Amino acid sequence: MENLESLANEAREAIASATDVAALDAVRVEYLGKKGSITGLLKGLGKLSAQERPAAGAEINKVKQALQELIGERKDNLEGAAVAEKLANETIDITLPGRGEATGGLHPVTRTIERIAEFFEAIGFETVEGPEIEDDYHNFEALNIPAHHPARAMHDTFYIDETTVLRTHTSPVQVRVMEATEPPLKVICPGRVYRCDSDLTHTPMFHQVEGLLISENSSFADLKGIVEEFLRVFFEKELAVRFRPSYFPFTEPSAEVDIQCVMCNGEGCRVCSHTGWLEVMGCGMVHPRVFECSNIDTEKYTGFAFGMGVERLAMLRYGVNDLRLFFENDLRFLEQFR
Amino acid sequence: MKISEKWLREWVNPNVTTDELVEQITMAGLEVDGTEGVAGEFTGVVVGEILSVEQHPDADKLRVCQVAGGEEVVQVVCGAPNARAGIKIPFATVGAKLPSDNAKGFKIKKAKLRGVESFGMLCAEKELQLSDADEGLMELAADAPVGTDLRDYLELDDTIIEVDLTPNRADCLSIAGIARDTGVLYKAEVTAPAINPVAAQIDDTLPVEIQAGADCSRYVGRVIRGVDVSRPSPLWMQEKLRRSGIRSIDAVVDVTNYVLLELGQPMHAFDLNLLEGGIRVRHAEQGEKLVLLDGQELELKAESLVIADHQKAVALAGIMGGDATAVNAETKDIFLEAAFFTPVKIAGRARNYGLHTDSSHRFERGVDYQLQVTAMERATQLLQSIVGGEVGPVIEVTSEADLPTSATIELREARIEKLLGLNIEKAEVTDMLSRLGLAVTENDQGWSVGSPSWRFDIAIEADLLEEIARIYGYNRLPVTSITADLKLKPKTETKIGLKAIRRQLVAKGYQEAVTYCFVEPKAQQLICPQDDTVPLANPISADMSVMRTSLWPGLLNTMEHNLNRQQSRVRIFESGLRFIPQANGLPQQDAMLAGAITGRREPESWSENGDVVDFYDLKGDLESVIALSGKNTDLAFAKGEHPALHPGQTAAIKQGEEIVGYIGAIHPELQKKLGFAQTIYLFEVKLSAITELELPKFTELSKFPEVRRDLAILINREIEAGAVLKTVQSVAGEDLRNLRLFDIYEGKGIDLKEKSLALGLTYQHSSRTLNEDEVNASVDRVVAELQTRFDATLRN
Repeated sequence: MENLESLANEAREAIASATDVAALDAVRVEYLGKKGSITGLLKGLGKLSAQERPAAGAEINKVKQALQELIGERKDNLEGAAVAEKLANETIDITLPGRGEATGGLHPVTRTIERIAEFFEAIGFETVEGPEIEDDYHNFEALNIPAHHPARAMHDTFYIDETTVLRTHTSPVQVRVMEATEPPLKVICPGRVYRCDSDLTHTPMFHQVEGLLISENSSFADLKGIVEEFLRVFFEKELAVRFRPSYFPFTEPSAEVDIQCVMCNGEGCRVCSHTGWLEVMGCGMVHPRVFECSNIDTEKYTGFAFGMGVERLAMLRYGVNDLRLFFENDLRFLEQFR
Repeated sequence: MKISEKWLREWVNPNVTTDELVEQITMAGLEVDGTEGVAGEFTGVVVGEILSVEQHPDADKLRVCQVAGGEEVVQVVCGAPNARAGIKIPFATVGAKLPSDNAKGFKIKKAKLRGVESFGMLCAEKELQLSDADEGLMELAADAPVGTDLRDYLELDDTIIEVDLTPNRADCLSIAGIARDTGVLYKAEVTAPAINPVAAQIDDTLPVEIQAGADCSRYVGRVIRGVDVSRPSPLWMQEKLRRSGIRSIDAVVDVTNYVLLELGQPMHAFDLNLLEGGIRVRHAEQGEKLVLLDGQELELKAESLVIADHQKAVALAGIMGGDATAVNAETKDIFLEAAFFTPVKIAGRARNYGLHTDSSHRFERGVDYQLQVTAMERATQLLQSIVGGEVGPVIEVTSEADLPTSATIELREARIEKLLGLNIEKAEVTDMLSRLGLAVTENDQGWSVGSPSWRFDIAIEADLLEEIARIYGYNRLPVTSITADLKLKPKTETKIGLKAIRRQLVAKGYQEAVTYCFVEPKAQQLICPQDDTVPLANPISADMSVMRTSLWPGLLNTMEHNLNRQQSRVRIFESGLRFIPQANGLPQQDAMLAGAITGRREPESWSENGDVVDFYDLKGDLESVIALSGKNTDLAFAKGEHPALHPGQTAAIKQGEEIVGYIGAIHPELQKKLGFAQTIYLFEVKLSAITELELPKFTELSKFPEVRRDLAILINREIEAGAVLKTVQSVAGEDLRNLRLFDIYEGKGIDLKEKSLALGLTYQHSSRTLNEDEVNASVDRVVAELQTRFDATLRN
């Protein structure tokens, strides 16, 4: 029995020095397994007297139980450490960039057109598109711009042949709508337009959004209301808007719309040529002759039209200082509008 | 048009500042582009007189002048070539400040020039910022009072107002016109100079015939004999002209220009003795020659209108006079002309010859057809006071039938309310229109209004509404807030907008580009040699002269631009029209969607391995777009051919039998010609083919288990996987839910001519569990069909 004490000590040491669960299990088998050395002591009880036997048995079982507990504790420790080590090994650098495709972006012109269209669609306008190579009739005649009209000189038209042009505005789309649809109607026509002009402030192709509303009771007051509201919403700003008499062959009365300069808040700066005002749109009541061309009753219906240059609005909104950048398609420019 | 504010105020003088005046007329539709002083800021400059001139002892180009005008006669060294004794010049005395870029100005000090003392400076126009002229000293009139401050003498405290008039407001292309509108705006009196008829002193006339009455309905002429053209026009006239940007030439030309600016009537003066026979206003003979005042020789077109004498054309009517009959230094007798040319007839003719003159600008837009005689009297009056001479009677030839007529327009009170949303007193309207010079009578409905002879833009009721709005003030007009109709149109769900397509590509890493629709013919021909193109008649440059038949030239150009700027991975797309010529009518214009990619598959990163894109990357991106329409089964990728694409890596995108697009790798030859170092993959597809959407339709979910079978087959490597998949679909039966091609293998272990395809077939029945035999039967059918059709074998 003196053996028990030294075996127990031996086992305790082995348990403490086991470095993993497998080694610990080997220790358990060696001392406490069926053929283990401490289990073996129980087999030796038979040699003892009946009086000695219970006490010696209890003694062995007590040691055995204590060792069992030690093993349990040690096992928990070892397992915890293993988990901790596994987790530590699995730790990643979460500051690395994520995997996969980077997002691209819309062209600022598209972005601006969509923004304009959203406003008008929300108040019931429909977006319509049309051909960019147009006949003289739709681009000019039907808009009250007969041949040799001085207004044609303002347009710097690209010609395909004598009667075919690159549209100089998106108004011909409105003519096509009036030809095909009975009023009342509300449309906007975004798209590319072309003028034979190229310098610092002109590109031979640019974009317009034009709108047309025809009903039995639309007036210049309604036009002013829509235009002012649009500009306020577009620039997300309360800004002064003014209407100036102007001339377009297809509207009468016609107006040019100026807004308080968004760069200097009307103080005067380079962008507004120190006037505090920026010209941003043209508009007016549809000219009766335009209605007549499309067989719309000028007594029953009235309507208004408006138009704006998309690049101009985009330049003002995003602070772009060179029109030509829009068509160079330099990624360093385009990516700024992601 | 530039006008002097002082001149305008001689006609109408509202009690407002320059800024207020400019703001007011701008807001009435006469847009002021800008204002500037008539001279630079300067002080201490007086009218000086050069008394004597001596050569500088040490400098060939300098002269030493004795100059009067300051407190005493002083010596001034001067380098101007026209410095000579007897002339009067602007003299900047010691202490004077001249204009300079420096805000403080340029101060004149006593100086020594090459050893000779100089007390002040003699000035050219440019040095005083009067004009750009700097060839020599500005020579003042002989009667200029020596010692007077130049600002006072030239009345330089004036502002030049530049008005940018819209083409409808020809009536304002004169002081008289702007004064008229200004008077209405301020309810101020307008005072025109007294123009009294000049009685004939001689009987001389010249026969005038109008042979083209539709083009020229009134021609007014007058003979003036014995003029002295050496007499200069007075300073006040020269100054007014200068402030309108017109240089003084001689008294005759100055007077015609003055009347043009003052009243708006272009005029011309001929040397009477160089005219042969008389005046004929006629159309030119085709090829007839005419040398213009500016020296350029024209070969006339038959539809051009000319002023001719009995032998030859002497002026291009309403545009420019001829050189041969012009007033010159020898002229003694002149013939003055003031005509009316019909705007629609004259329009565009100057431009035909590449000309644009003050005269053609006005006639094309419309000159008051009642103004000619008045203008003639005004010109006579001015001219006679300068160059003298004896005046003949006014010759007037009018083709009454061809003269414009005054329109009578009914203006209804109700329309003011309806179109302008404005309630306005009837009397106020009457007042406004009357002040504008319209003949107004009130009636039950509103007004009867006669349009004046100077307003070609007032013909219908809407024109009068604009006048009312303009004078009332656009900004004072009422504003109504938006009222939207609550009746909404049904919103379609079977069309997918470009908006969603664009966003899909953006999510796939594409950047949208917008390129010009006109492209370089060479690039267009290289990329799409099979297409006829629509050329522009007047391109802005040779490299933008044909309309694109594909968006690829623009995208490849964009690629080049960016690859040349240190970008190596580019993913771009564009949507827009392409243009295909048609035998008749407008070109066909299809909306297209196109994209191009090159470079790494993923942006350079720690996690990618540097793989570059290939055909399947682009195809996958395009398929993701097509999938938006839920209709991708309808579009098929078939082996195709396109001159711009690699013959072995090109698919035609087909919708039924129609080819709606292409996708592929750039052809290596084209890549070389365009100078690309890396392969570019391109697609282009008709938008209409991918924007139709089918409404989703619900089918019951099956509660029964799926069965999957995998097959590996060996087939000839040339056989397209697409054909194999289609065959499997067609024979597998209706229980096949899903078919996947999950592996392709070529190489070690199989015949060089063969490839192995691994197919996953998933079966499911909607209302019961499939049994083993049913699935086996389907698989057997598939295997048998593949064997028959493609000589396929199962791979062990």
